[in-house]
Amino acid sequence: MATAFADIAPAETENTATEIANKPAETPSKASRPAPAPAGKLQEVVTKFGKGLIAPVLGIVAFLALWAALAPQVDTSLGALPGPVEVAEQGVALFDEWQASNEAKAEFYAAQDARIAAGTQAMAFDYAGPPTFLDQVFTSLETVALGFILATVVAVPIGLAAGLSPMFNAAINPLVQIMKPVSPLAWLPIVTMVISAMISSADPILPKAFVISALVVMLCSLWPTLINTAVGTASIDKDLLNVGRVLKLGWFAKLTKLVLPSSLPYIFTGMRLSLGVGWMVLIAAEMLAQNPGLGKFVWDEFQNGSSQSLARIMFAVIVIGLIGFLLDRIMMGVEKFASRNRIA
Amino acid sequence: MSSNRGFGFTRRAAVVALLASVALAGCGSKSAAPSADAAAAASAEGAVEKPVLKLGFIKLTDMAPLAIAKEKGFFAEEGLNVTLEPQANWKVLLDGVIGGQLDGAHMLAGQPIAATIGYGTKADLIAPLSLDLNGNAITVSNKVWSMVKPDLPTNADGKPKHPISASVLQPVVATFKKQGKPFNMGMVFPVSTHNYELRYWLAAGGLNPGFYTPGDVGGTVDADVQLSVTPPPQMPATLEAGTIEGYCVGEPWNQAAVQKKIGVPIITDDEIWHDNPEKVFGLRKDFAEKYPNTTKAMLRAIIKAQQWLDADGGKNRPEAVKILSQSNYVGADYDVIAASMTGKFTFEPGDTRPAPGFNIFFDKHAGYPYYSDAIWYMTQMRRWGQIPEDHDDQWYFDEAKAVYRPDLYLTAAKSLVEDGKIPADAVPETDGFRGEQGGFIDGITYDGKQPNAYLAKLKIGLKQGQRVTASGVTGN
Repeated sequence: MATAFADIAPAETENTATEIANKPAETPSKASRPAPAPAGKLQEVVTKFGKGLIAPVLGIVAFLALWAALAPQVDTSLGALPGPVEVAEQGVALFDEWQASNEAKAEFYAAQDARIAAGTQAMAFDYAGPPTFLDQVFTSLETVALGFILATVVAVPIGLAAGLSPMFNAAINPLVQIMKPVSPLAWLPIVTMVISAMISSADPILPKAFVISALVVMLCSLWPTLINTAVGTASIDKDLLNVGRVLKLGWFAKLTKLVLPSSLPYIFTGMRLSLGVGWMVLIAAEMLAQNPGLGKFVWDEFQNGSSQSLARIMFAVIVIGLIGFLLDRIMMGVEKFASRNRIA
Repeated sequence: MSSNRGFGFTRRAAVVALLASVALAGCGSKSAAPSADAAAAASAEGAVEKPVLKLGFIKLTDMAPLAIAKEKGFFAEEGLNVTLEPQANWKVLLDGVIGGQLDGAHMLAGQPIAATIGYGTKADLIAPLSLDLNGNAITVSNKVWSMVKPDLPTNADGKPKHPISASVLQPVVATFKKQGKPFNMGMVFPVSTHNYELRYWLAAGGLNPGFYTPGDVGGTVDADVQLSVTPPPQMPATLEAGTIEGYCVGEPWNQAAVQKKIGVPIITDDEIWHDNPEKVFGLRKDFAEKYPNTTKAMLRAIIKAQQWLDADGGKNRPEAVKILSQSNYVGADYDVIAASMTGKFTFEPGDTRPAPGFNIFFDKHAGYPYYSDAIWYMTQMRRWGQIPEDHDDQWYFDEAKAVYRPDLYLTAAKSLVEDGKIPADAVPETDGFRGEQGGFIDGITYDGKQPNAYLAKLKIGLKQGQRVTASGVTGN
């Protein structure tokens, strides 16, 4: 891997490290050897499900117990820190709110239809109620999706170019290294001003705050994909390239027949890392850009400072974690699929 | 008909999906003007041009007229479909209105004034309606309260005598100075009413709150008490963290300190300046010019809500508190909001006093945007150096008339009188100046027609010809 990207090697190895760590968890049956004869039934069960099921369940139970025991000890100005039960209660309350809002929405539309039929209202409106928690989750997912897609679209071509041309690579490397560690909070004011200047329409297709958060997500999640693509492209087998030269493959054929297939697994690994970064950045971006979404939900609840606020924020934290985990799993599936015919 | 959509996100989702397939095509999307505008423009005269509106607010009880106008259906009555969106802080809110994400907002009176005269972000904003009178208080930390309380004169019932002058803080500030620590207090925005009220109270008590040098927003030159900006909802947490020793903020954030037992309100703004003008409803000037009927409809809805809030000696207040305590509005607990909205005010546990005028939304012509109110804010901007140079009286009148727009208020209010919705005497007959006003804690009277003469009367503050530099005040 004789590219100028040598210093990104740790990120790569870190990734493989998590890969290794994940492997046994996924295939516990392979990892556990069949127990020797004298083992009782219990032990058999333990060895069979030990790592896959019992240990994680024990871990979660222990965590919940610790949380339940310690939370009431912490006294904040909003009352004691909520335990698991209070947080679950707020989860239910948020679901009820969503249902109530759906009912209100249905009522609104029914009343509006009646008014329009009676001729007292000229045009139909969208329901303008406050967004519920679920709406916020969907807004967040849309924002991160847009940011991630933009990041991929920008990062992959640049990464391919950098991998193929050491000259280009050398040209952009310092920029990449400098931009990569910049926090979303630093980008936000710049992006906000630029977007505000660019979108001048009174009723743009996408709300400004939404575009701002998506762009911040893109700026921060671009780098893993870019770097991994470059590394993957640069590490293509020299023999393959020689074959291509012998066959006198054109530029485009070389890209699609040789370069892309061999760098695809790297690209997908990069994309997976990017999505993880994007999801983390999103919450911060939403808090500051005031884009509806989970970040804004957390911020608004913090500002409310009511006796339920902390429990609601904790519930949001759990949901943020679960969604991040799910996104990672989905990308892992895609990654596996991409590298299925490249088992070393 | 879109009545059966699952969630409120279909349009955006569709656009995201579109972008996904066309990839980068979404970069720099400059949308064509939506046809809805054209359709509205074609409709009959007097109809609302832009019925779908988004208004911003900060989580404070004085945003109540907006929440009530929505929840009690006053916006809908006027043919408006309004979304109310909480904002993180005053700066975000101001940028939202200037940038067009928000069509209007619950604003600090100083914001449209400062934007128009170009202090901070320059933009043409107007204030066609004043949302309320009073509604703020100054809270000090338990530590400071315990230092001043023993020396306070008491009433017959043993409770401290009000109003409490800031002069009681002088020994506390001296103690802090001796220990080499600054005495910090919080307010919500450099051009906020809270900043000027806190400064007025401190200066009336002989403490200098500091001057602003041209272009800076710190305002701590020559300061005995250092003021800094904190968004209202974070005030109690900042006080608790010990970053500040006190703050001036709107409700419910003083009562929140009482409830959490982290601080004690020491004075209300009504005691600093009796029936002082507070928040305004602010919007862009070009919005009001482009959509006159929409502006009128918004104002009519808000005036109706203000009347509802003050109707029959406040019988609707408990319901208003219930609405405000919803997490999408102010969101604080019912008891905390009720503690100031229902005619009383709690200073410390066991010291709850009647305060019927703590929040006035409709009575005493609270909604009328008086020029003299705008001019008072400008005198304070000049007093503390935010307006770096002297101006003649005429300049104050001209700027006030550019920002405060009683003409728009009167169009809406008079149409409500014609419809029999509000009594005729709720709309004042005035030239826009309140006349000579007393009711200040230091006994100095204010006449909006003589801003420069008023400035000369204030003991601490910039005088004619004075300027502020980093090293101090210069000039005669």
